[in-house]
Amino acid sequence: MTARTLLGLLVAGLVLAALAALPLFAGPYAVTLMIGMTGYVVLATAWGLFSGPTRYVSLATVAFFGIGAYTVGVFSETLPYPLVLLVAALIGLAVALVVGLSTLRLAGVYFVIFTFGLAELIRQLVTWYEVNVTGTLGRYIFLPVTPEGIYWQLLALAAATFLFSWGIGRTRWGLALKVIGDDEVVASHCGIDITRLKLALFAVSAVIITLVGAIQAPRWTYIEPSIAFNPTISFLTLIMALLGGADRLWGPLLGAIPLFLLFEWLSANFPNHYPIILGLVFIAIVFLLPKGVLAAVESRLRKGGAR
Amino acid sequence: MLVTALLSGLVLGGTYALVAMGLTLQYGIARIMNLAYGETIIAAAFLAYVLFNGLGINPVLGLLIAVPLGFVFGYLVYGLMMRPLVRRAKSRETLEIDSILATFGLLFVIQGVMLVFFGSNYTSYSYLNIGVSVLGTTIAANRLLAFALAIVLGGGLYLLLTRTLWGTALRAVAVSPTSAPLVGIDVERAARTAFAIGGALAAAGGVVISMYQTFTATAGVVFTMKALIVVIMGGVGNILGALFSGLLLGLVETFVATYVDPGLTLAATYLIFLAILLWRPAGLFGRSAR
Repeated sequence: MTARTLLGLLVAGLVLAALAALPLFAGPYAVTLMIGMTGYVVLATAWGLFSGPTRYVSLATVAFFGIGAYTVGVFSETLPYPLVLLVAALIGLAVALVVGLSTLRLAGVYFVIFTFGLAELIRQLVTWYEVNVTGTLGRYIFLPVTPEGIYWQLLALAAATFLFSWGIGRTRWGLALKVIGDDEVVASHCGIDITRLKLALFAVSAVIITLVGAIQAPRWTYIEPSIAFNPTISFLTLIMALLGGADRLWGPLLGAIPLFLLFEWLSANFPNHYPIILGLVFIAIVFLLPKGVLAAVESRLRKGGAR
Repeated sequence: MLVTALLSGLVLGGTYALVAMGLTLQYGIARIMNLAYGETIIAAAFLAYVLFNGLGINPVLGLLIAVPLGFVFGYLVYGLMMRPLVRRAKSRETLEIDSILATFGLLFVIQGVMLVFFGSNYTSYSYLNIGVSVLGTTIAANRLLAFALAIVLGGGLYLLLTRTLWGTALRAVAVSPTSAPLVGIDVERAARTAFAIGGALAAAGGVVISMYQTFTATAGVVFTMKALIVVIMGGVGNILGALFSGLLLGLVETFVATYVDPGLTLAATYLIFLAILLWRPAGLFGRSAR
């Protein structure tokens, strides 16, 4: 470990400590804002973890987010809290394995199609199950978790996600992922087990996303399938990761913060029109910054340096 | 019960086939994976609703308005949004990713506009809602009309594509976009035309659906999903494949809704999709390799 990485880790640790201390000084609105922002930072980073290197566009963020949230709704009264999180993570893992095993050995487009309708499928299945088997639609979540507690959990999850994402880039698997992202044929000729690696990464990313949903669930108090499986969450995660640049460690973070604030402002001031505005912002990003802000800034700098 | 399910299944399947034919043209020929396809369908359904309830124009005449509008819409979307992406794309994969992302954004724009105008309530209108007796069972006249329209439009398009030089040129682009220019086919123009025809078919499908089903501003995703599954089932770019797969999906859905539970139709659709993925990813009628 060089002095530079040590210094980097130290700075990251200090920033994390400062962020964790924030609720001690800031008011409840700031904590609410920070919960939402940290949640999206984790979602976008976890999305980029899989989709950045593999270039597989996952549209199923909210499927896993919703699984996490709804699992908490179902088990919050019967199981202790840590066990609830574990169950949520396991269900997310199982769904990710089903999706991954059936699509990841095929071309990327099958994965996109499968993930496109996945949230709607799970929403309808949960609704069907609740109406026909349990006879109730919608559940209350009464957990003794304070907003600060949620914020700290999310912060810890964010730190773990960043650590994982940074760590994997320094291993053989990280190198293998780079090869896959550049050229799958070359990767398979190098003896890389493409499908297994993609599957593992997708599973990790899905479990993190599931946990975000599970941790944030107590914020709602009342939960029903249409709340938990709101497609806007998939959409927002996707634009955030793309704006910053999905294939970089800090890219999704850089996209998530400004877009989350923009979204907050839009939904407060233009509650009826924000999907339109966000859609237009999204199209603009795809056209103007196809590789994300970071890559655009870098290439601009490199051009300037060469001149 | 059986005959009723069979007939309703064919009606639904006819609509799916019609809609999927448009998507298979867009994806097979123009190479654009259009995730906003279902939103075009729903927009046309709302148009038919406004024309019928506001102006008293019946949906069959409404088709004459909606279909050209759908064509123009597809033409504009391709020209303004897709062409820059096609020109920028280095390979088929990058175009696929770019088009998926761009149309995903478009999905939210169109859906947002519809939500502003119509809200998120279930919408329907009553046109030709009278029972007609067929094979010992009664079925609403609007469903029969919807089926007839789907057959006429879909069959007409199939004949156009297979029996004319123009259609053959379009299909040539689907088979091999790199060799098509060698025989003097303008690939970009073919792609644009195919994308526009896809828009026209989506509009036709929307009007047909609105005649016998309720719809909401947010229902587009499910239609896109089903159309995509039908396209994969039939083999990308395969018109007849889309036709048969569409009918099959409609029948399966109706049978599941009748004999199992109406809440599980999407689950049945996904089960079929899963089977296709595991068993024949190139489609039931597709060539084995891509």
